[in-house]
Parts: sequence; C-alpha cells; structure tokens
Amino acid sequence: MSKYIVKRVIAAVLTLLVLITVVFFLVRLMPGEPFTSEKLNPIVKENMIKYYGFDKPLIVQYFQYLGNLLKGNMGYSMKYTNKTVNYIIGSTFPYSADLGLRALAIALVFGLLLGVVAALNRGTRLDVFCVILAIIGTSIPDFIMGAVLQYVFGLKLKVLPVAKWAGFKYTILPSCALAFYTMASVSRTMRASMLEVVQQDYIKTARAKGLSNFRITWKHQIRNAIMPVITIMGPTVAAVLTGTFVIEAMYAIPGMGKYYVDSTNDNDYSMILGMTVFYGAFLIFCNLVVDILYGVVDPRVRIGK
Amino acid sequence: MAKKNVRIPSGEVIPEIPETLDPSLFKVIGKNTERMESISRPSLTFWQDAWRRFRKNRPAFLGFCIIGLYVILAIFAPIMSKYAFDAMDVSLKYATPSLEHFLGCDGSGRDIWVRMWMGARVSLTIGFFAAFINMCVGSVIGGLCGYYGGWLDMIIMRIVDVVYGIPSLIITILVMVVVGRGIHTLIIAMCVVGWIGSCRFVRGEVYRLKNQDYVSAAKVLGVPDFTIILRHIIPNVMGMLITNLCMAIPGAIFQEAFLSYIGLGIAPPNCSWGILAKEGIKYLKVYPNQVMFTAFFICTTMLSLTMIGDGLRDAFDPRLRGTE
Repeated sequence: MSKYIVKRVIAAVLTLLVLITVVFFLVRLMPGEPFTSEKLNPIVKENMIKYYGFDKPLIVQYFQYLGNLLKGNMGYSMKYTNKTVNYIIGSTFPYSADLGLRALAIALVFGLLLGVVAALNRGTRLDVFCVILAIIGTSIPDFIMGAVLQYVFGLKLKVLPVAKWAGFKYTILPSCALAFYTMASVSRTMRASMLEVVQQDYIKTARAKGLSNFRITWKHQIRNAIMPVITIMGPTVAAVLTGTFVIEAMYAIPGMGKYYVDSTNDNDYSMILGMTVFYGAFLIFCNLVVDILYGVVDPRVRIGK
Repeated sequence: MAKKNVRIPSGEVIPEIPETLDPSLFKVIGKNTERMESISRPSLTFWQDAWRRFRKNRPAFLGFCIIGLYVILAIFAPIMSKYAFDAMDVSLKYATPSLEHFLGCDGSGRDIWVRMWMGARVSLTIGFFAAFINMCVGSVIGGLCGYYGGWLDMIIMRIVDVVYGIPSLIITILVMVVVGRGIHTLIIAMCVVGWIGSCRFVRGEVYRLKNQDYVSAAKVLGVPDFTIILRHIIPNVMGMLITNLCMAIPGAIFQEAFLSYIGLGIAPPNCSWGILAKEGIKYLKVYPNQVMFTAFFICTTMLSLTMIGDGLRDAFDPRLRGTE
C-alpha cells in the first residue's frame, strides 16, 4: 500500500511541475504585457519590473519563480499592485470552496440516491423518471440552469434571493445550479454500474444465503457499484470547480472565478500563474486523494499497478 | 385419453394436458430439400444491422431528426432571411416575437432568429470539429500505443498520465488567450489537451482486441500488421469510436459556450450560442424570452446528441442495451 501511495504522490508532483512549467511559458507567449494601467506610477513600475526580474533571461525568471513558489510566495498581482496573489487567493477561495463543496455534496447525495433507486426499480416508471431526469440534467449547461433557477425561484416565485452570498438562504440557488449537471452524471454512472453488479454471482449467493434485501443492497451492491463513481470524482471535482467561474459571476459571489478570468484579460502574469498553479494543485491533490481512496476501496488496484 | 390439470409454481392452472398424443393429429409432409438449406432472410452486414437497430430506437432516431433539422436550419435560415445577423435597427430594441421577427430582437435590434442560426453554425461547427479532431489525433496515438506497446507506449502513456491530471479547461483558457479569439483558435485550444481522453480509450480497446484469437490467427497466417489493423482492428473499434465521437460533441459545445460566456470565445459581432446566452441572461429580469430561446436550442441539441450517443452505443453493441 505504501509503495502505491508513494508512486501516486510522485506522479502528482511531476504533474504539478509540468503544469507550472507549461503555464509559465504559455503566459509569456501571450500578446501584450502587464503594467499597462495608466494610473501606475513610473517608479513603481520600474520597481515592479526589477522585482519580477523581467530584465533577466526567461530561464532565470523561471527558476526564480519556482524558488519563490517553494517558499509559498506567489508575488504581487500586476494589476492590483498593492495586493499579493496569496492574499487574493486567501480572501476569495473560501467562497469558491464553500460553493463547490455544497454543490458537490448535493450532487453526490442525490446523484447516488437517484442512481440506486433507478437501478433497483429497473424498468418501472420510477426508473424511467430517474433516467429522463439524468439525461435532461446532462443536457443543460450550468449557466442556463443558473439563469432558469434565478428566474423561477428568485424573480417569479420570489422565495429565494437572486444573488449575493450572505447566509444559508443565499447559497441554495447557486449550489443547486452548479450541482445539477454533476448530479445527473453521477446518477447515470451509478445506475449503469448498479445494473452490472446486480447480475453478478455474489449477489445470487447473498440471496441464496437468505440475506435481507437491505443488507444485499447496502453491503454488496452499493459497495461494489460505487467504484466507477469514485473514478469519475477527479474530473467531476474539476467540472464543479470550473463551473464556479460562471455561477459566481451570475450570482455575484465574491469568489476566485472573476479574478481568474480578469487576470487572463489583463496579462496579470503573476495572478494567472498563481491562480492556475493553485487550481491545478488543488485538482491534482483531489485526483491523488481519489487514486489513494481507490486503492483503499479496491485492493486489486494497488496490487495490479 | 387421460386428462389432468397441471398446477405450475406461479399458481396458474394449465388445463387438460393429455398424457399421450394421438398420432393421427400429425401428418408427414416430407422434406423440402431445396428450401431447407436456404437462408430465410437476407443476411445483414454489421452496419446494416446497426442502422436497423438505431432506427428502431425511437429517442435516438428523434434526436437524429432534430439534429438534422438544426443543421439544415443553420445552413439555410440565415440565407433565407432578409435580415443580416449583425444588422441593427434601434426601433426594434427588445421586440417581442412576431411574424416579421420569429424570436424577436435583441438589445441592439438584431433579429434573434437569424442570430440563433448563425450561432448554431459556429457552435455546431466547433462542437463537431473539436470532437472529430480530438478523436482522430487520440485514436492514431492511442492505436499506435495499444498495438505496438513497448517504449513508445511507455513514453506516451507517462505524458498522458501527466497531462490528464491537469484541468483541461484551464489550459484551454490559457491557449485561447495566447492564440487569440476566433473559431479556428477555439478548436485548436480545445484540441491541445482534448485528445487525451480518446487516446486512453482507444489504447485500451486496441490492446484488448490485439490479444483476441482471430488477430493471433491472422498473425500466424502471416498477415502484415497494416492489413490486420485495417481489416480487424479498425472495424471493431469503429462502432465505439463513433459512439464516443457523438458523446464528445455535447462536451465540446458546452466548452465553447462556457468560454464564450466568460468572454474568451468568439469575438463579437460574430455570435455563438454561448454569446447569445450571455447576452440574454443580462436582460433576464426584464426580457426573459431573450435567453429562453437560446436555452431551448442549446438544451435540445445536447439532449438529441446524448440520445443519439446512447442509441448508437446500443446499436453497435446490443448487449449494453438499457444499462445506462
């Protein structure tokens, strides 16, 4: 097991290094340059250029950046020159994470539930309903879901606030909008894998032993069927996180998304780098957890690899 | 003749099964030696069989018709209409749907019907080509890896492992910023990391097929690699490839809409469904119909493509029917 974990960790670190390298050089290829704000004091500008080492060769800058990153220092933003990237991430990420976690929780709970219910009632009206819900769910982009929820519950029925992030009531609509797509895909995956598990011999054995239906479903079916859902967790987390970009903008939530998109338009090198590295590291970490979890849940994986 | 009622486990009663059958009930009709060996129905090729199953699958066929209709409308609607997609008429700001303007007009007085189908051109083109190019690149690389294995496979799979861990949308956004906005650049940006998925899938599939008995037999008979790939591997992968292509198109349309929505997609005044949604959502409170039409077309397209994908999967591999 420890060998498996070490292998995964090394792969994750390597991935992160590649990501940093690719992004660092990609950012330099962008047309235009930072520090175009007219309000910027020329002396400040000169200091900034010196601070970032823009006068030095690119490769030196690269290693300088890596060194700083190791110390956890991502430098100052090139647009909001009085703030560090660390500070901006630190003050906005909690909102994004909060939204993402809520959405993920909703998606997982309801997705798994729908998938299991559909599979257990295969061929009935309930199953058809769950499948249709899942297909519709995967056909609606989250920005459209966001708009529809806003319109129906916020503007027409006036039961929930339309925007802002100030208490539980405010979190319901954005979390649901973000969760819907993921919920649908989780339920599809879960249903498919449940249906496969149901046909296995060990379920017949369990039936023959006279186990109760609940015990068979809970201990034998769900446990085995959940594997494919764990596999798609990595991309799912990524989808939810990037989905927050749009949902945050739509519901005026002060999260990271706006800064990320703006920084790509402003050529704010340190901000793009910092945010990408942060997002990337976060997702790579999630994938790592999923991989390790996979090894824990299914012993065949860690021996096989 | 003795008769007795039989009770079968379900409780149903089957009446009167005679214990012996009277031979006079039967008649010898002899052998028809001409017809007995003949095949009663014309034999179908794999593709005919798949097409027959696909046609029978009602949701999939409906989806197929909807996409067909949208493609035709996307090609002809902008040509047939007397309005240009970027022609503004300030007197028609936020006009409601009428016979003149089927879906009304937007905030600059542009006809939404025409813009919708101009947007469909862009969105469908990007969706199809991005998915197609990803599929081609991925299958060639994945196929080589799966078939030949060895050091090439080792190196490429390590690269794939590393790139797979990187959130693709983030890379797409950055590439988009570097190469500039536009249809071609959007497709390029999506393809930089998009081929990874199909590469992994094709590699696994080819690896599995390579070890099948009929491929071994072909090898033993001295069939060259090229012929094996052409005759045995490709036809067997093709069904799943087409299914996957169909499933990948909605993903690509999603991405385009997402990128356009956050302002990194197509440059105005050109439009795509993402841009139309973005423009519409701005006026959600006052003119909700502006976004509802776009939402309708995006969602029905996604829905149709998903149903086609499911139908194709069932058509090519009937064993999978109803499992998802």
